[in-house]
Amino acid sequence: MSVLPAAPPVASAEQEPGPIRLTRTALSRVATMCLVELQKLRHDRSELVTRAVQPALWLLVFGNVFTRLHAIPTGDVPYLDYLAPGILAQSALFIAIFYGIQIIWERDAGVLAKLLVTPTPRAALVAAKAFAAGIRAIAQAVVVLVLALLLGVSLSANPLHWLGVIVALMLGSAFFCCLSITIAGIVLSRDRLMGIGQAITMPLFFASNALYPVELMPGWLQVINHVNPLSYEVEALRGLMIGTPARLLLDFGVLLAAAAVMITVASALLPRLVRG
Amino acid sequence: MTPAVRCSGVRQVFGETVAVNGIDLEVVPGEVFGLLGPNGAGKTTTIRMITTLLPAPPGAIEVLGLDVATRRTAVRRMLGYVPQQLSADGTLTGRENVALFARLFDVPQKLRSAQVAAVLDVVDLADVADRSVKTYSGGMVRRLELAQALVSAPRVLILDEPTVGLDPVARDGVWDRIDEIRAATGMTVLVTTHAMQEADEHCDRVALMHRGRIEALGTPGELRSAIGPDATLDDVFRHHTGNTLTQEKGGMRDVRAARRTAGRLG
Ligand SMILES: Nc1ncnc2c1ncn2[C@@H]1O[C@H](COP(=O)(O)OP(=O)(O)OP(=O)(O)O)[C@@H](O)[C@H]1O
Ligand SMILES: [Mg+2]
Repeated sequence: MSVLPAAPPVASAEQEPGPIRLTRTALSRVATMCLVELQKLRHDRSELVTRAVQPALWLLVFGNVFTRLHAIPTGDVPYLDYLAPGILAQSALFIAIFYGIQIIWERDAGVLAKLLVTPTPRAALVAAKAFAAGIRAIAQAVVVLVLALLLGVSLSANPLHWLGVIVALMLGSAFFCCLSITIAGIVLSRDRLMGIGQAITMPLFFASNALYPVELMPGWLQVINHVNPLSYEVEALRGLMIGTPARLLLDFGVLLAAAAVMITVASALLPRLVRG
Repeated sequence: MTPAVRCSGVRQVFGETVAVNGIDLEVVPGEVFGLLGPNGAGKTTTIRMITTLLPAPPGAIEVLGLDVATRRTAVRRMLGYVPQQLSADGTLTGRENVALFARLFDVPQKLRSAQVAAVLDVVDLADVADRSVKTYSGGMVRRLELAQALVSAPRVLILDEPTVGLDPVARDGVWDRIDEIRAATGMTVLVTTHAMQEADEHCDRVALMHRGRIEALGTPGELRSAIGPDATLDDVFRHHTGNTLTQEKGGMRDVRAARRTAGRLG
C-alpha cells in the first residue's frame, strides 16, 4: 500500500483566513471548477456538434424562408444577416437554460453535496457553471458562424469586434445559466424546472429583438423587450457582427450587471438545493 | 482529548417529520464508529448536519472542537465525505475526479499528481485511472469515491452507507480499504450502515438509531451481550427497532427460536 498523505493540523483551521487569502482561494476555486467543466466538454465533443443542429436549422430554414418572403422589414440589411446574431444569442440561451437541469441532476447524484462539503465558496461553483455555459455557447457560435459565412452573410472583419462578441456571449450565457440555477433553487425538482424552463425560454426569445426589429412589436411587448437581457445581448452582437447601430456601453453594462446579480442570487440559493 | 465529532441534543425537523430527535454522541479520535439503523432512522440526516449540508444550531455539533454552525469552512477542511448515492462524475476519468478534490482542498501543486496517484493506488484503481468513470462497476465507483475523500488527508472520514448495493466481494473490497486506511493513518471513521454483520466486524463502537433517537450505544460486543448470550447484532437491531413484520407473526422471540431450530437442522 502506498503512503497516504498526512492529515492537516487542526490548528491551521483555527484562524479564519483574511480577505486576501479568501479572494485568492475563491479565484483558484473558480479556475479549478472551470478546468473541470473544460475536461467534461473534452469528453463529449460530439455533443457540441449535435447541439449546433438546431440553430443551424433556424438559420437555414427560417432565415432563408423569411428572406424570400421579405416579411420582416430590416432596412438595408438582408434578413439573413440580421438574423444570424439573433440565432447566436438564441443558441446560447438554450444551452444556458439547460444548466439548471444539470445542477438538479448533480444534486440527485450526490455530486453537488460532495462539492459543498469542500472549502469552496458557493459563488465559485456557480461562476464555473456560468463560464462553462459561455464556453459551450462560443463553441456552438463557431459552427453557426461558419454556416452563416457559407450562406453569404457579410460579417465584420475587425478582431476587436469578435472579442466583443465573445464577451457578450459569455455574459449573456452567465446570466441565463444562473437564472436557470436560481429557478432550480426555488422549485427544487427537475419536472417543475423543465416546465418553467420551457415556459420562459420561448417568451424570452420571442419578446426580444432576436427575430425582428423592436419597432415592429406591439407596445406591451416593447416593454418586456426593454427589461429582457437577451435583447441587449442581441443588440451588442448585431452591432459588432454586422455593424447595425448599437448602444454598446449600455448593452455591456446591462449584461455585466445582470450576470453579477444573477450569480449572487444563484449562489445564495445553491445550499437550498441540497437541503431538499 | 477533543472528540472527533460531538453531537449534543441534535434535532432536525422537516415539516411534520422529526427526522432526528435529540441525539447525543461522541466519536473518539481514531475509532471506526458505526451509525446503524433501519431505513428512515435519521442516519443520513445526522450525517448531513455534521457535514454542514443541513443547518445546525450553535453548540449542537462540533467536529474536532470546531462548531459546525460557526466554523463551516474550517470544518469542511477536516472532513472527507462520501454520500449515500454513487456520486463520482461519470463524464470524467477516475484520475480527473480525484484531482478535482485535491485542488478543492488546496493540495499543493508540487505534491498533487503524486498524491492523486497514491490514493488511486490505495483503492486499487491505478490501472483504470485514466478510463472514463462511466465504465466503472459500482464497487469501483465506491472505491474511487474513497480516493476522492482521502486525497485531502481528512481528519475525519464520513461514509454514508458505503457498501449498499454492492456484491459481497465489492463490499469486502471497500471495508478492507477502510481498515487499511485506518491502520495506516489513525484517521477517524464515521460510517452509517444497515448491514449489522459488517458493523460487527469492522466498527469499534456503534450507535443504533431508530426514529431519530439513539436506542443503544457501545461496542458491538456490549450490545450483543446485553440482549442475550448468543445474540447477533441482527438480534440487537430487531430488539431495538421492533421489527413489525416479525411482531405480526408472534414476536421476535419465536423468530429466534425458529432460527436456532433451523441452525440445528442443517
Ligand atoms: N429533505 C427532506 N425533506 C423531508 N423529509 C425528509 C428529508 N430528508 C429526510 N427526510 C425524512 O427524515 C427521515 C429520516 O431520513 P434519513 O434519510 O435521515 O434516514 P436514513 O436513516 O438515512 O434512512 P436510509 O437507511 O433509508 O438511508 C425519513 O422519514 C425521511 O423521509
Ligand atoms: Mg440514509
